[in-house]
Amino acid sequence: MSFSFIVRRVLGAIPLLLGISVILFTIVHLAPGGPLDIYADNPSVSPEALQQIADRYGLNQPVPLQYLLWLKAMVVGDWGFSIRTGKPVLGEIWTRIGPTLQLGGLSLLISLIVAIPLGIISASRRGSKLDTSLTLVSFAGMSTPVFWLALLLQLLFSVELGWLPSAGLQSIGGGSFTDRLLHIIMPAAVLSLATIASWSRFIRSGMMDVLNQDYIRTAYAKGRSEWGVVFFHALRNALIPAVTVIAVDFATVISGAVITETVFAWPGIGRLFMESMNGRDYPMLMGLMMMGSLGIIIANIVADLAYAALDPRIRYG
Amino acid sequence: MAETTLPIAAAAAPPDAYWRRVLRRFFRHKLAVLGLVILIVEALVVIFGPYVSPYTFDGQDFNLIGQPGPMGPEHWLGTDELGRDAFTRLIYGGRVSLVVGLAGAVIATLLGTLVGALSGFYRGWTDTILMRFTDVMLSIPTLPLVLLLSGLFHPSPPLLVAIVGALIWMGTARLVRSQFLALREREFVEAARALGAGGPRLMLRHILPNAIGPITVSATLAVGSAILLESALSFLGFGIQPPVPTWGNLLNAASPWLSQAPWLALPPGIVILATVLAVNFLGDGLRDAMEPKE
Repeated sequence: MSFSFIVRRVLGAIPLLLGISVILFTIVHLAPGGPLDIYADNPSVSPEALQQIADRYGLNQPVPLQYLLWLKAMVVGDWGFSIRTGKPVLGEIWTRIGPTLQLGGLSLLISLIVAIPLGIISASRRGSKLDTSLTLVSFAGMSTPVFWLALLLQLLFSVELGWLPSAGLQSIGGGSFTDRLLHIIMPAAVLSLATIASWSRFIRSGMMDVLNQDYIRTAYAKGRSEWGVVFFHALRNALIPAVTVIAVDFATVISGAVITETVFAWPGIGRLFMESMNGRDYPMLMGLMMMGSLGIIIANIVADLAYAALDPRIRYG
Repeated sequence: MAETTLPIAAAAAPPDAYWRRVLRRFFRHKLAVLGLVILIVEALVVIFGPYVSPYTFDGQDFNLIGQPGPMGPEHWLGTDELGRDAFTRLIYGGRVSLVVGLAGAVIATLLGTLVGALSGFYRGWTDTILMRFTDVMLSIPTLPLVLLLSGLFHPSPPLLVAIVGALIWMGTARLVRSQFLALREREFVEAARALGAGGPRLMLRHILPNAIGPITVSATLAVGSAILLESALSFLGFGIQPPVPTWGNLLNAASPWLSQAPWLALPPGIVILATVLAVNFLGDGLRDAMEPKE
């Protein structure tokens, strides 16, 4: 994998980002009342003041020009100001991104730690009772509404058993490692469920394809134990198809984060999105949408690189 | 969704023999049959339930207003804080949620098939533009985008369904494209072309019928996606608005009462889970029946 491949892959993302920015810009401008909707509903804002705001933000310019001005501002990092707090959008996102990265990182870790062994066990015991039950469980996992699972866990562990706190990043006045760990367990588990279900399926099918190949029989013939074969010979190749799925699922994880953070009052950017929805904070929403899309694109690039790193047959010039 | 070229099942066999085999294989798939049964039962309940139930979805019992009422012989699943019968609302919510799921899937399938067919058949620039557009749509997180659209435009329920459908067609498009790319090179397509068939006729009469298996499977799975997406949207308060119940907004209404009245939060989730699970089983069975790996 060469440096020029990475550069080309990153440059290839630019048209995507432009496409996304056009769509988002169009949506906000097509909305009834446009970006000034929130002021238009407010009786204390006079038509003259509205006009002034429109002038200040260049909203009287032709729409394509407005788009270009907006795009230029986005590129140089001027993402506007939150209507709710008056602070810069980018700064607000920055202060809220930490908890989301913690939550997302932990759930990614949980998903991998659980999904890989499940997929391997299913594949190597194909058709057994265990495999069938795991298949059923993963079907159920993919079909469970995230928000309902969140409510169920709160009901069980917070209301009934009282073992885990039902919301927040930490207790008031708390903040020790144990305290934070207790707070993050449920949201991370909820966020992991769907990805565990889907990834274990893909690792299972990847593993089954690999286990049928000649080189695996050779490894057995050499006297390798079953686990030796699985871990040292098969796993790496079985993970290759799964890598792409993991990247595609990143979009699902973002949607899941919005729900999970809302139910568990987790102060990350998913909850910030819902707060901004309720406050009709358009600059904030636009910023968050761009941020989410950027995340998905980066995940896809990383997946491509991982793909190339795992499979030496793939050579991107 | 994996971009695999699937074998075209029994293209040479007479059509009715093919469909008989599909049916036979389908009915051997126990979980798929179970899924079908669950969906049929649900459909019957939501269609006829409201005629049988003594309550209406927005009828209030003023003696029970203030807090949720318990389950009992009169109100099987209890009442909500406004004194409305929870079971009746669940059935009504099912009407809305199932229709949203079906209609959303139909729209997604039509869109996805159109985009995929044009892309795979014409290739070249058409393909590049349509697939880059598909990539763009796949790069915008779906739920936040629906939330944004719903929050900005306050869509009527039919428009909301259209929005849901318009955001989940991408997998279908990629799948149909790969089918069309493979099928357009086959001899029977070449033969039809040699006989003078034009683009639309080739696509609709010759290629599409041979891609119907994968399209059906992905349409089935899209029903599950649409139901989950709408319920998440309604749960967050930006979907179909009360007093019209949907399974999602019933859960939204139940969540503040979680500790006092957990019986309100369980049934809507169970039916969403059962429905989506049934749809996924059905899709899995259809896949095995229509695209056997032989």
